[in-house]
Amino acid sequence: MAWQAGVGRKYFKAFVSGFFVAVPVTVTILDRLAYVARVEGASMQPSLNPKGGSSPDVVLLNRWNVRNYQVQRGDIVSVLSPKNPQQKIIKRVIGLEGDFIKTLGYKNSYVRVPDGHLWIEGDHHGHSFDSNTFGPVSLGLVHGRASHIIWPPSRWQKIHPSVPPERRPLLQWIQDTTEDDDD
Amino acid sequence: MLRRALGKTLGFIGYTIQYGCIAHCAFEYIGEFVACSGPSMEPTIINNDVVFSERISRHLCRIEKGDIVIAKSPFDPKMNICKRVIGLEGDKICTSRPLDTFKTHTFVPRGHVWLEGDNLQNSTDSRSYGPIPYALIRGRVCLKLWPPHSFGPLNESPNGERITRND
Repeated sequence: MAWQAGVGRKYFKAFVSGFFVAVPVTVTILDRLAYVARVEGASMQPSLNPKGGSSPDVVLLNRWNVRNYQVQRGDIVSVLSPKNPQQKIIKRVIGLEGDFIKTLGYKNSYVRVPDGHLWIEGDHHGHSFDSNTFGPVSLGLVHGRASHIIWPPSRWQKIHPSVPPERRPLLQWIQDTTEDDDD
Repeated sequence: MLRRALGKTLGFIGYTIQYGCIAHCAFEYIGEFVACSGPSMEPTIINNDVVFSERISRHLCRIEKGDIVIAKSPFDPKMNICKRVIGLEGDKICTSRPLDTFKTHTFVPRGHVWLEGDNLQNSTDSRSYGPIPYALIRGRVCLKLWPPHSFGPLNESPNGERITRND
């Protein structure tokens, strides 16, 4: 009986010490380095979830890249929803601060993105709850940059930044440094 | 000899990572110490006061009207602002100055809060840039730590009539 109690205590101790290592390390990695999230909804079709709800894509969100709030036009980013703080939305960055954007159904048809803000849109116009509904979003709400699709395995790929040509900003305030597809 | 030194180094790195992660979790989910600067919250918080801001009520969505919060500035995410919550989503806020003949009002949209400094004459806040998203709030200021003679909970707002009441 005493032997059993001693073994139990030993296991309990090992469990507690392992717990106090594993949980903070996991939380820190999820907060600082990378986060994995399932994409829901059709707003980013055809880039993400091309088949709809039957096989939702799982994306890797790089959080280390956005620690200084540096994003490019065309990046797919996850953003804390300005309408519901518990919810995260995943959209494509169309305009950075200072850009002039021709909007699709927003209250003004042309918008200059204010300082420290982004213009984000889903790829599936008309089926997306994005800046055309709630306006430019603050950079402080950016949560991560989608860097890879990791599930399903057949769709495993790196995500490259690309702006749909018809959605380019009319006037770019900050010039892209890595633009090589000027055609 | 070399093996022992290597083992010691690895052990040291492991402990550093472990305690770094514990510190990250504590600052991210429990609370942090903030040194405030600027005149916008006088007389409640004076320049260079150190306050403790707890982050639990922000994660549980328990921020209430009258709380002082630390939030990311909507125009520069690297800068933090310290203001008092005047209205939550759905509240009616008076946006005109006290002496104006015609009162103008606005409603705080869903998922947003209305922030104002206690020093109404010298504060850049929601009166100039509008309501800010709730998700930009980092924490609720609950204790003043420095200077020592004013240690303790924070005072009520000197302009309490700005805070809208629902009753």
